[in-house]
Amino acid sequence: MALDDRKTDGFKYIGTRPNRPDGLDKVTGKARFGADASASGMLHGAIVRSPHAHARILKIDATRALALTGVKAVVTRADFATGLTGEDADLLENVIAGEKALYDGHAIAAVAATSALIARDAAKLVEVTYEPLPHVTDVDAAMQPDAPIIRADAADDSVPEGMHPNVVRYMEFGRGDLEAGFAEADAIVEQTYKTEATHQGYIEPHACLAQLGADGRGELWCCTQGHWFVRRMCTALLGLETSQLRVTPSEIGGGFGGKTTVFIDPIALALSRKASRPVKLVMSRSEVLRATGPTASASMDIKIGMKRDGTITAASGVFRLQGGAFPGAPTAETMQCAFACYEIPAVHEVGYDVIANRPKQAAYRAPGAPMGAFAVESALDELCRELDLDPIEMRLKNASREGTRSSFGPRFPRVGLVETLEAAKAHPHYAAPLGPNQGRGVACGYWMNWGGETSVSLAISEDGTAQVTVGTPDIGGSRASMALMAAEALGIPYENVRCNIADTGSLGINEPTHGSRATYASGLATIESARQAIGKLCERAADKWGIDAEAVIWEDGCAKPSGPNAGEFPPLTIAEIAAEMGSTGGPISGHHEATPNGHGGSFGTHLVDLEVDPETGRTTILRYTVVQDAGKAIHPAYVEGQFQGGAVQGIGWALNEEYIYGQDGRLQNPIFLDYRVPVASDLPMIDTVIVEVPNPGHPYGVRGVGETGITPPLPAVANAVATAAGVRLRHLPMTPPRILAALEQKAGG
Amino acid sequence: MSRIHVTTTVNGDEVEYLCEPRETLLDCLRDHVGLTGAKEGCGTGDCGACSVTLDGRLVCSCLVLGAEAEGKKVETIEGLADGDTLHPLQRKFIEHAALQCGICTPGILIAAKALLEKTPDPTETEVRYWLAGNLCRCTGYDKIIRAVMDAAAEMREAS
Ligand code: FES
Ligand code: FES
Repeated sequence: MALDDRKTDGFKYIGTRPNRPDGLDKVTGKARFGADASASGMLHGAIVRSPHAHARILKIDATRALALTGVKAVVTRADFATGLTGEDADLLENVIAGEKALYDGHAIAAVAATSALIARDAAKLVEVTYEPLPHVTDVDAAMQPDAPIIRADAADDSVPEGMHPNVVRYMEFGRGDLEAGFAEADAIVEQTYKTEATHQGYIEPHACLAQLGADGRGELWCCTQGHWFVRRMCTALLGLETSQLRVTPSEIGGGFGGKTTVFIDPIALALSRKASRPVKLVMSRSEVLRATGPTASASMDIKIGMKRDGTITAASGVFRLQGGAFPGAPTAETMQCAFACYEIPAVHEVGYDVIANRPKQAAYRAPGAPMGAFAVESALDELCRELDLDPIEMRLKNASREGTRSSFGPRFPRVGLVETLEAAKAHPHYAAPLGPNQGRGVACGYWMNWGGETSVSLAISEDGTAQVTVGTPDIGGSRASMALMAAEALGIPYENVRCNIADTGSLGINEPTHGSRATYASGLATIESARQAIGKLCERAADKWGIDAEAVIWEDGCAKPSGPNAGEFPPLTIAEIAAEMGSTGGPISGHHEATPNGHGGSFGTHLVDLEVDPETGRTTILRYTVVQDAGKAIHPAYVEGQFQGGAVQGIGWALNEEYIYGQDGRLQNPIFLDYRVPVASDLPMIDTVIVEVPNPGHPYGVRGVGETGITPPLPAVANAVATAAGVRLRHLPMTPPRILAALEQKAGG
Repeated sequence: MSRIHVTTTVNGDEVEYLCEPRETLLDCLRDHVGLTGAKEGCGTGDCGACSVTLDGRLVCSCLVLGAEAEGKKVETIEGLADGDTLHPLQRKFIEHAALQCGICTPGILIAAKALLEKTPDPTETEVRYWLAGNLCRCTGYDKIIRAVMDAAAEMREAS
């Protein structure tokens, strides 16, 4: 990777805000999302789901369903691969239950019929006999000695002896002298914090159109963040050869991590194989809420010591996360991010991954980070109040910077936390006056970002325009960013580049659009592909001029002779070289494959002002400012959009959103009316400040920006509520009833 | 079950379809008329992704039966632009980057158009409350509100 060839200023296209290439299709209704495809002879699928939180499946009788006119196939677990191990076994168990239903909404069987209505009717006619079993949905309850055992053999060797079998993984790390650190402190806070599970809440439910023949060859159209992941998972679950399934990603209506795995795709393929017809499967919203996503819920014990001047002396944390009925709660990520913002001489962290009778958690924007940030940043705020310290000054005093040994081990390269804190301090928001019942909250957050397997091709067309082919689905404008980077590298106008998202048959493996990696990794590969193409363009010019290729440079979309012996030739434009390429050596393209690992982490600082109504407990956000390090903002409008969207999802998590389970273990709020995501009238404008501390690991300095923004809002809002209402809430979400209860307790107490 | 024959007007074109009595207008538009611009985000009237107008009134097409469109005029996202000329709202949404994934966009554009027809000079608060039934999970609404306000200003100048 020619990263010595870095460029961090003097850009022509990078940093501008052109219209996105898919904008027209998306404002006219032409863009084709997951549910918008159809095929001739297509059937519609519907899924039979468990009404029990935990139950043995005694019998599945599809006789009556199959007798209904129009019903063509019913599949159960028996129609999938056997003998899977590890993550594939868990994935299959989640996609369709085996011996037990493990949560309310767990898929048991599926039907394909000639219409969606018939399929839904038929699903109701599939008779399932259950033996209900005791269940547990709360993380702390699931660890108690008397908790029901959900899966006896789910734990790995990391779990210390004597723990409940629902504890499936154990992690621990730390360094420094904790005892001495706490002894040095002038104040210590030690508290327990809890967050509830939330859903990614993408507005587009999962949808797919599958066709699988008896010969094991298949086509799948689906809304996904990563179609190579989908291909691998589906072929494993169906016992197919990987390359025989071609997966084409639709336009995707939001994902936030929740569309990096599969739920319905393998079922649609199995139905198609059985019925010998294409099958379309689309989830309802309540299926989405009951059986996909959500994130983990968490219970955390935090202890932090601080000197009077604000220096953090020691910190410890115990993190218990419940990730549904399968291993995989993002406990490690919670631990990695919790104290990452600060230089702490002594730190110790313990983590538990716990299973419970809930859907298998899926990644949600900076998976794990918001919970830990809520606990740690709340605890720091409690210390600032006790020691009468300014929350930004305290954070500046301890902030991680280049060379800081992180809480999780490695030293940080060049990072931008200090710059975000300085920008927040200087922002007019921080000095704005507050009225009665109003409060201001500050918090920081971190996400490490990701590189991942990446394969990109770039081809020059006969007229000198360029096509870029990437494998990372575009969820928020990334095609515009790729086109900008290609335009910058090639020196041609943005409009002359078209970026396409390829299917799995057209490129090497690409990891999903996750981990804030698309602009970083596909962007890096786009730039390197362009540079490779430029090398070839220069060679063609050199041949034409009869000089060495080394004596040709590329500038403003033209080959130019350069150096003392190059000779005098008029520049050759990309269009001139491209027009002749057929006769000068054939097509000109560039290709780059890598698993880049120079993704720099991104830090952010958020400010929020809000008002709490003491009569109703309702919180109103008055002012919100996001400051985050983008490394280099390729298309600033979409960077701002990521900041704003992340902040609002975090606000929802802090104030309203939660999975509510009844005593019966069933999800009580599986529709948007009751699972309340923020709406336009809940919010003010979300101000943004883009800090640019170039990432040394990207040719133009890019850092992923998608995820960090959801992390600080949880504690920032909690810290502001503590001021506005005079009560500290250590359990999210801070719904009006919870705030009222806290106010009443304070008044009574 | 016998199907119902429906004759209606969609974006100015006369359209006929046969539907089940319990089929929604949203499903009829998407499956029988072939217009997939209106989206189903919830099916319960809570997200607004399926917004269309029925005789000029803004409705969630997931809460209207297909049979109810008989003799009425339906306007969907596919009819918002005038040929190649985008409606100012469409143009402003692109210019302001008011969409990320774009799944909410058709519903929000239809809802915003209905607002500006009634209230050409809305305050920010009015826009926020009018669009409170249209969920967007990606943008945090900031750029959407700006795009609607800007389109309203441009349309007032033009009229
Ligand atoms: S689909 Fe009609 S309101 Fe959500
Ligand atoms: S842009 Fe994705 S839901 Fe609005």
